[in-house]
Amino acid sequence: MKERLVLEAQKINKYFFNPVETQVLKDITFTINRGEFVSVMGKSGCGKSTLLYILSTMDTSYQGRLLIDDSPVTGKSSSFLSRIRNEKIGFVFQFHYLLAEFSVLENVMIPGLKLGKIGRKELEYKAMEKLRIFGMEDHALKKANQLSGGQKQRVAIARALINDPLIIMGDEPSGNLDKKNSDIVFEIFKELASTFNQTLLIVTHDPEFAAGTDRIIEMEDGRIISQ
Amino acid sequence: MKYSLLLEIAQKLMLARLKQTLVAAVGVTFSITMFVALLGFMNGLNLMLDGLVLNRTPHIRFYNEIKPNPNQPIDGSDTYKSYHNIIRSIKPNNVRKSIYNSAAMIETLQNDERVLGVAPKVSTQVFYNIGNIDITGSINGIDVDAENALFTFDDYVTVGNTGDLKNTNNSIILGKGAADRMLAQIGDVIQATTAQGNSVQLKVVGYYQSGLGELDNVQSYTSLETAQKILGEPSSFITDIQVKLKALELAPSMASDYGDLFEIKADDIQTVNAQFETGTEIRNLISYAVGITLLIVSGFGIYNILNMMIYEKMDTIAILKATGFSGRDVNIIFILIALIIGIVGGAVGLILGYLAGLGIDHLPFETEALPTITTFPVDFNPRYYIIGGVFSLLTTYMAGYFPAKKASSVDPVEIIRGK
Repeated sequence: MKERLVLEAQKINKYFFNPVETQVLKDITFTINRGEFVSVMGKSGCGKSTLLYILSTMDTSYQGRLLIDDSPVTGKSSSFLSRIRNEKIGFVFQFHYLLAEFSVLENVMIPGLKLGKIGRKELEYKAMEKLRIFGMEDHALKKANQLSGGQKQRVAIARALINDPLIIMGDEPSGNLDKKNSDIVFEIFKELASTFNQTLLIVTHDPEFAAGTDRIIEMEDGRIISQ
Repeated sequence: MKYSLLLEIAQKLMLARLKQTLVAAVGVTFSITMFVALLGFMNGLNLMLDGLVLNRTPHIRFYNEIKPNPNQPIDGSDTYKSYHNIIRSIKPNNVRKSIYNSAAMIETLQNDERVLGVAPKVSTQVFYNIGNIDITGSINGIDVDAENALFTFDDYVTVGNTGDLKNTNNSIILGKGAADRMLAQIGDVIQATTAQGNSVQLKVVGYYQSGLGELDNVQSYTSLETAQKILGEPSSFITDIQVKLKALELAPSMASDYGDLFEIKADDIQTVNAQFETGTEIRNLISYAVGITLLIVSGFGIYNILNMMIYEKMDTIAILKATGFSGRDVNIIFILIALIIGIVGGAVGLILGYLAGLGIDHLPFETEALPTITTFPVDFNPRYYIIGGVFSLLTTYMAGYFPAKKASSVDPVEIIRGK
């Protein structure tokens, strides 16, 4: 039986026009299967982050075709893309991007509240479950800015998981952390992949991190050189 | 569900910047307070000043006008008919002052359903005799009940009772100015001489004070019967018929219709008092302009604060968008912030405005010229509150519109990559 594709990129090209026209992505074509733990490797400036933002549907100015969950998303309306992001994609950024005005629990709940599929009580329970996975349940009622860097990143991962997304995308999720915390984050990803069969796509420039993943996509000068 | 989440986020954003939000709301509150209080006060004064004249003025007044006969003999001549004749120094012919067939006219007017009431009047010139000095004045014989009902006559009788005019024979209510000149106390008997030379003795039963000094120096009131008796005329003698209509606007057309029908001079209130309407309109215009300027200034305050908030909360906007909030959602969040500031600030402003109005209403304001007024007049017309409320929402919405639009078009990639 053929594995279902979570994400499929077909001949994606992207240009930057400022200050001069440069091609940052050249004919990027690859697929990600369900349950795969994929890392994208490459030097700084090779276009890996740019690729990730295209795959995440946030950047829409590119040529080529992008399919998420077997349905095309290229050229769709921005409200449709918002919905896709909300429902099917979880994000972890280099910086944690927690909302300082909200408690940890609320931060995790917000994407779920936005999706509105389950009631508030149920969602609260679910959010606590996610926090428990990362040992953060004791901090649920603290404000986001009362946590340490590593803790914040763990909360951000919990937030990415709240809607049980099809795929989690990470842009150097351990880039801002020290060795210990970065190891913790890596372990979390590893566990998500093995225990929960979660599909993951992580952009990194850390070879050690990449070595631990199922598949490494290596990029150089806007091209995929090996996968 | 969806809106409650957006509302919750808007709330949190405002609480995070409580001080700025409060400053914005206080700006709206201040301007709405001033708007409502100013318009209420301004219009209270307007109504009072207009009332001074307009309440006392009949909507239509019928009387015989003294004027030259428009049909001069030369116009009847066959020879000069087709000529343009100019005659200088024509004198008015001797018209009788009393209105012919007045009883029938009054009955016709009273049967017209557009008419609120009719008050007949006899007015005549007299001399008040004080020792060997004569002061000119005029006496109005009035139907006391009709005058009270239509022109709030008793409001202007500061001392004494209007009923006494009916109950006491040969009684008079003197204008305050005239009474002061004659040193006439209540209960005194004064002497007056009519233009025809009849001398009468009248008992002072009250003082009349309209607030218009010129009027109070000459005008005095007696009952219709007393006035007719002074003149030595029968009870059918009426010089003026005053009409009050249900709708003021009908006055000009009805005046010309009835004027033609009765073949008599008919003046309508608009023609006589045009300048009052103009004055009122201009005063209103000025107060609206000031009020709306205040609101617009507070709108700029809200605009600034929202703009600042958006620059500060770029990260929040970016992450909201990354996690699935659409541009429209972000737009709604910021519009909600603006509207909440508008609603809360506006509501408090309306309440404070009302209280300010009450305060002004209790400030003593006593002047010789206005006997019926003891405190500053304030108009609590709900219209100003509605206009104030609507405008506070409108300006805050406008102030929120552009910042919200900017927030909704924030590109999350740019913000996130910029770190």
